[in-house]
Amino acid sequence: MNWLVQNVGLVGELLLVHLALSVPAIILSFVIAIPIGYLAHRQRWARGVLLTLCGVLYAIPSLALFIALPAITGFGIRSPLNLVVALTLYGIAVMVRTAADAFDAVSPDTRLAATAVGYSAAGRFWAVELPLAGPVLIAGLRVVIVSTVSLVTVGAVIGVQSLGSLFTDGFQRGIVAEIVTGIVATMLLALVLDALSVVAGRLLLPWARRAAPGRRSSAQPVAVEAGEPA
Amino acid sequence: MIEFRGVTKQYPDGTVAVGGVDLIVPPRTTTVLVGTSGSGKTTLLRMINRMVDPSQGAVLIDGTDVATVDPVRLRRSIGYVMQNSGLLPHRTVLDNVMTVPLLNGTRRQSARARAMELLETVGLDASLAQKYPAQLSGGQQQRVGVARGLAADPNILLMDEPFGAVDPLVRQELQQELRRLQRELGKTVVFVTHDIDEAFLLGDQVVLLRTGGKVVQSGTPAEFLASPADDFVSGFVGADRGRRRLRLEEVDGQRVVVDEDGRPAGVLEP
Repeated sequence: MNWLVQNVGLVGELLLVHLALSVPAIILSFVIAIPIGYLAHRQRWARGVLLTLCGVLYAIPSLALFIALPAITGFGIRSPLNLVVALTLYGIAVMVRTAADAFDAVSPDTRLAATAVGYSAAGRFWAVELPLAGPVLIAGLRVVIVSTVSLVTVGAVIGVQSLGSLFTDGFQRGIVAEIVTGIVATMLLALVLDALSVVAGRLLLPWARRAAPGRRSSAQPVAVEAGEPA
Repeated sequence: MIEFRGVTKQYPDGTVAVGGVDLIVPPRTTTVLVGTSGSGKTTLLRMINRMVDPSQGAVLIDGTDVATVDPVRLRRSIGYVMQNSGLLPHRTVLDNVMTVPLLNGTRRQSARARAMELLETVGLDASLAQKYPAQLSGGQQQRVGVARGLAADPNILLMDEPFGAVDPLVRQELQQELRRLQRELGKTVVFVTHDIDEAFLLGDQVVLLRTGGKVVQSGTPAEFLASPADDFVSGFVGADRGRRRLRLEEVDGQRVVVDEDGRPAGVLEP
């Protein structure tokens, strides 16, 4: 505890740096994975290829990717940008499959109805398919959040500062409290971001909770079901 | 008026869904397409709003080939009601009904007023407007579906087995409501069903289709009963079974109409 009290400034600073590395990667991978997932959902041939590619991508060891990536991107190995690109790639790898599943989960009847009442293809995507894919997309986002926040720490090994630096530094100097602080702070950060995504999901998708089977009886009176007005 | 001219739909795998249909749907009447599954009745219906394009022939609305009309604009001008309501689950009842007017560029306020009016027309309480579809019963959802179909005040209303998934009692109620609505609104309704009783109840014109999408017979319900074209028609309308063969019996001084098995069907009015 003493260590934490004396170094609270450092921990706070690293927390912000950690946030600055993970949030852009999370948002970028979420946004990029959605169109790729939609393509995988629409095109049978694309599905196999894309999902396999994502599987392979995720199988690349993170340290190897961090070191190899600068050769492609041209960023320095210790550049935070290098880390953000790598984390975005991992995020995409996780998110694409979920995004494809999310769009698969939209009822074909609903899609057909949207077409029948006169939505254009683009209008249908934005107004019908994307919101209806929302609950599953949010579930995927939560996985990306947790895995990204945790992966950022690996960057400390190649010298990109984050909460992970508390592990590397703690190991080198034999300060257990520093290591524990790093682990706990990383987990707390992941939990907070996860909770934020859940709250955002509830605000953006209010219907998802109300329509969920088995839940409406507590929140909503079922009286509407009883009578069929003449 | 809707006109089918030599319309055929053949899929790449060789399946013929619709095989050379010529048909005229008179304006302001209800035409019911009836047939077993695989008789192409839904395919035929969907050709009217270009959900399906024919491989041969043409569909004309008031003399205009629909193939020359932008499908999205066409669909916004035609009401569509489907089985299981097809409501958007993430939109409230009110927003669902407002969908088409908003797509057509109607201002939100007037679309809203129109939607509330329509909910009343189809017999739904205004308190349901802010509910989500999943919070409604099956019958209520179908009513919302009908309201949405009518929202843009289309001349044509397409109904694809709209009452197929509700229980028999609610179905009868909805059928009667549709008859009332049709008397009030006078739309050109094309209605798909596999239920011949529903077809006879709702149809001014009934079109019976068979596998391969061929018209077996078309005419008024009375014509079907009086002169079925062949055994298939007799079988389908039940004329070959006891149900449609009625005779009179005297019971307690009343003339009771009974079917071939002696089961009473009703009382004959003097």
